[in-house]
Amino acid sequence: MLETIAQHPIAAALIALIGLALLFGALLGFAAVRFKVEGDPIVEQIDNLLPQTQCGQCGYPGCRPYAQAIANGDSINKCPPGGQTTINELADLLDVEAPTLDEEHGEEADVATVAVIREDECIGCTKCIQACPMDAILGAAKQMHTVIADECTGCDLCVEPCPVDCIDMIPLATSIKEWRWELPAASHEQADNLIATDQGRGSEQNSGEAA
Amino acid sequence: MALLRISSPHTHRALGTGAVMRTVVLATLPGLAVLTYFFGVGSLHNVLLASITAMGFEAAVMKLRGRPVWFYLRDCSALVTGVLLGLALPPYCPWWLVVLGSGVAIVLAKQLYGGMGFNPFNPAMVAYVVLLISFPLHMSQWAAPLDIGGQTPGVVQALQQIWLGTSIDGYTAATPLDTVKQNSGLMLNDLYLQDPVLSAGQFVGAGWEWANLAFLVGGAYLLYRRIFTWHAPVAMLASLSIMAFLFYDGGSSTSGGSVLFHLFSGATMLGAFFIVTDPVSSAVSTRGRLIYGAAIGVLIYVIRIWGNYPDGIAFAVLLMNFAAPFIDYYTLPRTYGHKKSERATRKVDQ
Amino acid sequence: MELIKVWDIPGGVHPPENKTQSLLEPLGPLAIAPQLILPVSQHIGAPAKPIVEVGDQVLGGQVIAEADGVFSANVHAPTSGRIAAIVEHTVPHPSGMTDLCIILDTDGKDDWTPLSPWEDYAERNKDDLLARIRESGIAGLGGAGFPAAVKLNPRANHPIDTLIINGTECEPYITADDVLMRERAQEVIAGTQILAQLLNQPERVVIGVEDNKPEAIAALRKAAEGSAIQVVSFPTKYPSGGEKQLIQILTGREVPAGQIPAAIGVVCQNVGTTAAIYRAVRFGEPLVKRITTVVGEALQTQRNIEVLFGTPVNFVLEQHGYQHKKASRLVMGGPMMGFSLPDLSVPVVKTTNCLLAPSKKELPPPEPAMACIRCGMCAEACPVELLPQQLFWYAQAEDLEKLETHNLFDCIECGACSYVCPSHIPLVQYYRAAKGEIRQHRIDKEKSDRSRRRFEFRQDRIAKEEAEKEAKRLARKKAAEEAKKKLAEQKANTPAEPKPAAVSTQDTDKQRAKLERLLASAHERLKKAEQPLAEEATDEQAEKQAASIKQAQLKVSDAQKKLDAFIASQGENNRQASSTEANDPVAAAIERAKAKQTMSPEEKLRNSVESLQKRLQKAEQKVIEAKDNKPDMVEALQQGVDKLKDKLSAAQNELAELTPAAAAPATPANATPDVAQAAIERAKAKLAMSPEEKLRSSLESLYKRLEKAEQKAAGAKQEDSDKAEALQQGVERLKEKIASTQKELAEATLSTVAEETPQDPATSDAASLAIEKAKAKAAAMATMSASDKLRNQVDSLQARLEKAQARLEKAEQENDDNIDAFRTGVSKLEEKLATARDQLAELT
Repeated sequence: MLETIAQHPIAAALIALIGLALLFGALLGFAAVRFKVEGDPIVEQIDNLLPQTQCGQCGYPGCRPYAQAIANGDSINKCPPGGQTTINELADLLDVEAPTLDEEHGEEADVATVAVIREDECIGCTKCIQACPMDAILGAAKQMHTVIADECTGCDLCVEPCPVDCIDMIPLATSIKEWRWELPAASHEQADNLIATDQGRGSEQNSGEAA
Repeated sequence: MALLRISSPHTHRALGTGAVMRTVVLATLPGLAVLTYFFGVGSLHNVLLASITAMGFEAAVMKLRGRPVWFYLRDCSALVTGVLLGLALPPYCPWWLVVLGSGVAIVLAKQLYGGMGFNPFNPAMVAYVVLLISFPLHMSQWAAPLDIGGQTPGVVQALQQIWLGTSIDGYTAATPLDTVKQNSGLMLNDLYLQDPVLSAGQFVGAGWEWANLAFLVGGAYLLYRRIFTWHAPVAMLASLSIMAFLFYDGGSSTSGGSVLFHLFSGATMLGAFFIVTDPVSSAVSTRGRLIYGAAIGVLIYVIRIWGNYPDGIAFAVLLMNFAAPFIDYYTLPRTYGHKKSERATRKVDQ
Repeated sequence: MELIKVWDIPGGVHPPENKTQSLLEPLGPLAIAPQLILPVSQHIGAPAKPIVEVGDQVLGGQVIAEADGVFSANVHAPTSGRIAAIVEHTVPHPSGMTDLCIILDTDGKDDWTPLSPWEDYAERNKDDLLARIRESGIAGLGGAGFPAAVKLNPRANHPIDTLIINGTECEPYITADDVLMRERAQEVIAGTQILAQLLNQPERVVIGVEDNKPEAIAALRKAAEGSAIQVVSFPTKYPSGGEKQLIQILTGREVPAGQIPAAIGVVCQNVGTTAAIYRAVRFGEPLVKRITTVVGEALQTQRNIEVLFGTPVNFVLEQHGYQHKKASRLVMGGPMMGFSLPDLSVPVVKTTNCLLAPSKKELPPPEPAMACIRCGMCAEACPVELLPQQLFWYAQAEDLEKLETHNLFDCIECGACSYVCPSHIPLVQYYRAAKGEIRQHRIDKEKSDRSRRRFEFRQDRIAKEEAEKEAKRLARKKAAEEAKKKLAEQKANTPAEPKPAAVSTQDTDKQRAKLERLLASAHERLKKAEQPLAEEATDEQAEKQAASIKQAQLKVSDAQKKLDAFIASQGENNRQASSTEANDPVAAAIERAKAKQTMSPEEKLRNSVESLQKRLQKAEQKVIEAKDNKPDMVEALQQGVDKLKDKLSAAQNELAELTPAAAAPATPANATPDVAQAAIERAKAKLAMSPEEKLRSSLESLYKRLEKAEQKAAGAKQEDSDKAEALQQGVERLKEKIASTQKELAEATLSTVAEETPQDPATSDAASLAIEKAKAKAAAMATMSASDKLRNQVDSLQARLEKAQARLEKAEQENDDNIDAFRTGVSKLEEKLATARDQLAELT
């Protein structure tokens, strides 16, 4: 046996290679099993980043189905409530280039809104209650309904079904408690402002010349 | 009048970036004076030409980028880059070398990375290395010091040499670092006796020791003004000294030179106080700067003794510029109220 | 007594002190302003609740807004006068926004409520002292405004060994504490002694003063002679006066990140607060005034004044020769940490230690920021050893994660980094903005998590409802089949065939499987609900968690009950159908045993009682059957029955002991097990249901009944039946019941809502109010007759139509783009109105 191997260097090399391959394969396999990292499944992680408004603007019935869809390769720019921030975070998570928001699914709102029922006009049809994905509307049949503002995500799914159009989306007011400092303007912008007067003069001159 | 609404603090120290840069330029003047005294007007001309062209390049790029030119020139960072480059280049080198250098420094090494504060490498050193690799002949000719050449070239001669290429006879001489590097078979003491430059000085060679001393004075002034912290330059000088001490075998033919020799030859002091302290491209924390400076010191010695080039400041600084973010990553200081410094690797949500 | 060693803090800066100009003149009183503006939130924590009405006459020292909880502080009337308004008014806050303020028109008489001085305050006990401090509305006068009483009542697991009184006053310009210490050193020392008494005489009692106030130090040392209080001076450096920094200077200890000084055995109070505590305890004086430095080159007089809270800033400035043209800005607080005021109508509040009106030369407008050159001067200046340049970098990039790893939240916003920055970068603003952003992010995250849970809960509920419907449908189908089968049996008159029985068991198997699945999913949800509880432990979250757990448990028990009931009935059925089939009862028994394992002892007992009762019933049945068929077995069976009865009574007694209230009707039920069982069932159901739910369900059933009754009544009326009147009466009664139930429900929801969100009383109040309103309205609607309803609708439609028409007109006038939309809206409304009117006409 050894002799034949010695006589056939190619066979020896092959055996050695196969042996090594098996050895390392086994090692890797063992490591994969032994040191398995329990991570959140990707769908979980994506779902965690989505804003959970359950508004369905992405075309899926809720955030989790959309997370599932993203995991299956759907584009990540279909979530207007999350806006660019969510897209960036998703891009970060999935290690892809961050696209801009797909306008087809709606525009990113500047201010968060909350649904408010004009209570005089509510007829108690419960249609909005059924539409609300958050169970954030209180009321029973033929009872006036009201929105629990804290639980409302501003998805506006309740606006459409209301037969008397008594639901408004009201922008959330910022009070002194929620107020926060804004980032200062970027330094070069400040510099531009500094010489804005010069530029103004320059343009005046130009226009003067044109005239 | 609407009252001004801004975030605190409402008061600021008078020292601005422009003032910092001007102080740095001021601190180079003793060194420049000594260089001019020993080697003639070459260095002075270099510095003037490099400063003016650097400012010109800066202005041009700012104009192209549509930014307010004067606002950015006022910070004097281009001036500092020009001055440092001018000091580093050999005296009487052709004018185009200087212009090319400042162009590389400002356009390539600084503005292409986003301008002041964004350049990962020291612009003057990038330009120096580019020139050194591209034009090794021009870059290795250093003028002979006053004491051995008898006379330094006159102004007219110098201008002719620089602008017209009319060469001055016998104005060059090997630098002490060159001499030691090329040394074959002589004991250091014999070398000192034999070499004209070395024999003319106290321990490093005519002119060089004085120039380094002058830069040391300038650096001390900057330290006194608290323009930078002592950490990086002191760490660099200390590690260079230790290296020199460890490998100095009392002056055999393969010896690298004494501690004093290394401290006061080449661009050691210029590098320690004006290049290594460049804040933009160095490490940020105190500990980081100690490591950064010390590593540069070691690299300088390694390149000087075992490398291909006689002096290694530029290479050493650039190499450590590469490593600066890495050093920062591992040297976050311990914040008040925290048990130990936390690395940037720590996940927030854990 | 060991001497205090003075430690050094890292970083720090030495801005020009500018403290002499305000010390040239003596401390002066200030006239009472004609109108005082008193924000209800002058401290950290919950805003105080106004307890006066507009038009009320108040005396000085009278509480006009009451502390809302522990983390809050009373607001007192600083002088006598009339409450002019309780409105939103601009308050001293960097945002320049408005907040609720009580406006007091002063009458100049300065009449006070009688105060009750305590001469013997040293002998009073701790609780009395704390109560007095709390009632006096004392909040930290150093700048943050932390309610003082909270700090002085540390948790039992935080033994205090050091009391530090902060007389540092490291900010430039401010000399208010300096003046206080010079002129009222006795009060400071006496206050310190009270604090030491409150904290059980800690080992070290230190007053820390920077060495640039030699007079203050001398005065304090003189006053403190013979006491255990040490007055320590240390080198002047900004920001040594920060609480954490001062603690480091005087003890060498660091307050761990995210914790309070009490965690390392230190309590720190400002000298001003200390003196105020003395005055409150000794003389009963509430906190209504303070010493404030009024300084700046835009003023003719620069000095310290004793000023009433609520005094408008422009009133103060007028008294000091303010030249508006000269001023570059107006700062409340010092130049390092103060904030610029948007306008001059804001009042002086508890935290106002300085009004700075600098000239343009003094504090020139900030220069435009240049690029960061990473010079590291900021890192050198930072007293908490952050890397401000890196933080700036990440704040610009809005890299929130990196900001947190670089300990952004340890930044004390002292401004030292901005002060030294050669590029004039407003670093502190970057950090504040980034902190706000991160906080917002956390809130959003929490909300989205809550939304997710709610959504999932809803999904589960819908699924469960579906499952229930399905189960009911199946049950009906089965019943129908059974009936068919019986019919067939009767027709054929043959003994039961095994085949249909098998079919039926298959069917029931399916049903049981379904119910079991339901139970499993409920269990799952319970687990899920319980899981996050361990990780996140803030009180609010825990409470919410607990609520959801309760809900999940409810579901589980619900499902369990259903399954049990089903299995029980199944077992019965099986026994009746074919006694040979032992499989199912065994499985059921196993199920039951399993269920028992997971039950609480009380539930277990209850269950065993139930099962015993069932067994007893069966046994009794058997006895009766045996009496007819097999007389020889009767005795044995009867014995078994007796034994069972004994067991049952024992179990019931046990149960009664466990739940005396719930089981009360069940104890004597030995003879009538059915009644007892029913009672237990009901009690269980009650236990499971919250009162609110109960009310709601009863309300719902009432509604159904009402609807039916109304229908019947209408039908009767049409047919002119003589029953009509009786029916109508029934309807009336039902309506009454509904109204009362609704009221109860409103009350119940009110209380539950209040329970559920104690953190946010304002919103919960609003919510419950809304609910109440809604309920009331709904009740009104429900009791209305159909025609009334229609009439109401017509009215509201008319109102809307009018509004819409007005809008349309306006739009027409202004040539609005949306004119078409308005028009269609109006026409739609008109249509709606017409149909409603028609309906109404038909009815009447």
